[in-house]
Amino acid sequence: MRKSEKIIEGLLLLSAVITILITVGIIWVLLSESISFFSEVSIFRFLTEKEWTPLFADKKFGILPLVTGTLLTTFIAIAVALPIGLTVAVYLNEYAPGRMRQIVKPVLELLATIPTVVYGFFALTVVTPFLQSFIPGLAGFNALSAGIVMGIMIIPMISSLSEDAISAVPRSLREAAYGMGSTRYQTAFGVMVPAASSGIVVSVILAISRAVGETMIVAIAAGQQPRLTLNPLVPIETITTYIVQVSLGDVPHGSLEYKTIFAAGITLFVFTFTLNNISFWIRKKFQEKYD
Amino acid sequence: MTNSEYNRYKDKAFQVFGICCTFFGLVVLAIFLVDILIEGMGRINWEFITSLPSRRALRAGILTAWTGTLWILVLTAVIAIPLGVAAGVYLEEYARKGRLSNILEINISNLAGVPSIIYGLLGLEIFVRQMQLGASLLAGALTLSLLILPIIIVTTREAIKAVPRSIRDASFALGASKWQTIWRQVLPASVGGIMTGIILALSRAVGEAAPLIVIGALAYVPFVATGPMEEFTVLPIQIFNWVSRPQADFLINAAAAIIILLFITFLLNGVAVYLRYRQQRKVKW
Repeated sequence: MRKSEKIIEGLLLLSAVITILITVGIIWVLLSESISFFSEVSIFRFLTEKEWTPLFADKKFGILPLVTGTLLTTFIAIAVALPIGLTVAVYLNEYAPGRMRQIVKPVLELLATIPTVVYGFFALTVVTPFLQSFIPGLAGFNALSAGIVMGIMIIPMISSLSEDAISAVPRSLREAAYGMGSTRYQTAFGVMVPAASSGIVVSVILAISRAVGETMIVAIAAGQQPRLTLNPLVPIETITTYIVQVSLGDVPHGSLEYKTIFAAGITLFVFTFTLNNISFWIRKKFQEKYD
Repeated sequence: MTNSEYNRYKDKAFQVFGICCTFFGLVVLAIFLVDILIEGMGRINWEFITSLPSRRALRAGILTAWTGTLWILVLTAVIAIPLGVAAGVYLEEYARKGRLSNILEINISNLAGVPSIIYGLLGLEIFVRQMQLGASLLAGALTLSLLILPIIIVTTREAIKAVPRSIRDASFALGASKWQTIWRQVLPASVGGIMTGIILALSRAVGEAAPLIVIGALAYVPFVATGPMEEFTVLPIQIFNWVSRPQADFLINAAAAIIILLFITFLLNGVAVYLRYRQQRKVKW
C-alpha cells in the first residue's frame, strides 16, 4: 500500500478518535471542577440539604430543590408527550391511510426542529396566560406551562421512534390478530404495542433524557427560584436553569460559586448518562427478538 | 350491547382520539406560528434588521445577532464537516469489527444524548479557559462543532452504507486504491445523504442558545464582528434576552427576531428535505 494511503487512514482514524476525546474531556472537566467543589462542600451536605442558595450571603448547597424542579418539569412533559405520542404512533400505523402518514409525519417532525428558545417564548407569552385564565393562583413563572410546552416539543420524538418500533413488528403477527377476528384497536393494543414494547420504552427513556437536559424552555418560563416542592403552579428552578443563571451573571472564575455549575452539571450528566445507557442496553438485549 | 359491538365501539372511539391527538400537535404548531407572525410581523423592517442593539426597545435591532449567527454557522460548518465526515468514513470503510469500533460506536451514541448545556461547560473550560480563546466566535463555533459532530457522523455512515458493494468492487477491479475508491466513487455517490445530515446538524447549531450562554456569549454586543476572535451574540441569545425583560415592547422585538430565526431554520430544513427527496428519486441502484 502506498504511503499516502496510510497517512489518509491515519487522519480518518484521528477524526474518529476525537469523539472519544470529547467524552474524556466532558468527564474530566466535570470531575476536576466538582472534586474541588466537594473538597469545600461535603457530598453529604450536597445530597441532603434542602436549600440551594450558593449566590446568597447565607450559602446552602443542597442540590435537592434543583433535582425536584428538574424531575417535576420532566414528569409533566412526559405526562403530555407519552399518551399523545404513543397514540399518534399507533394511529398512524394501524388506522391512518398511507397518504396521510406521509404528510403528517414530516410536519410533526417540524415541531422537533424549532429552536427551544422559541418554545420558551411560546410557554411564557401564550400558554401561561391561557392557563391563568382558568387556574387561579398560577404564577407568571411555573413548572406547569414549561412542562406542557416541553411535552409538545417531545411528541415527535416519542411518536417517531415508537412508530419505527411498531412498524418493525412482523406483518404476520398483525395478520394473525386480524385472522382471529380482532378489531384494529385489539390488534394494536393486544399485539402490536406489546410486541414493540422494548422500542417504545427506549423512545420514552430517550425522551426523559432529553427533557432532563432541556434548558431554554425552563430558563424562560419556569422561573429561577430553587424550591423543594412538587407544586406545578409556583416558580421553581431546574439544574439547567441554574447553570444558565450563573453563566449570565459575573461570577469570578475559580470561586466556589463558579464551581457550583460544574457540581450541578455532573449531577445532570449522571442522570442523562444513566438513562442513555439503560436505553442502549434495552435495545441491545431485546433487538432481535422477532427477527 | 354485545361484546363485539362494544369492541367495535371502542375501535371507533380510539380512531377519533387518534385523529385528535395527531391534529393536536399540528394545531398547536399552527396557533404558535400565527401568534408569532401577528405579534412580530409589524416590527420587521429594514431598520430592525440593520440596527445595533439598544436599551430602548423601539430603536433596538438585530444586526449584531444575525451577523453573529451567520459567523457561527460558517465557522461551525468549516470545523465540524471535515471532522464528522472523516470520522464517518473511517467507521464505515476502515474500522474492523472489534473492540475499538465497538467503543467508538457506543461512545458516539452516548455523545448524542449529552445535554447541550454540558457541551457549554466543556467549551467554557477547554476553549475559553485552557486554550484562552475567551468568549469568542471561535470558542462558540468549536463548542457547537463538538455538539453536532455525532449527528454528522451518524448520517454520514448511513449515507455511505447505502452505496452498494458492487460500486466498490468495480472500482477495485479497475485497479483503484481504497482511498481512490472512497474519494472518487463512494463519497460522490453518497453526497446527497451526507449533505442532508450536515444541513440538519447546522440548523440545530443555529438554534442553540444554552451552550453559548455558558461559554460567556453576551446579550449586548454593540458592534458587528469582523474576525473569529471577537465577542459575539446570536439570534437565540438576543431572543432570550428580550423575552427575559418585563416591558411589552421587548416581547414584540423577541417575536420579530423569532420570525427571522425560524426563517433561517426552516430554510435550512427545507433544503435538507429537498436534497433527500432528490437523492431518493435519482438513485436507483
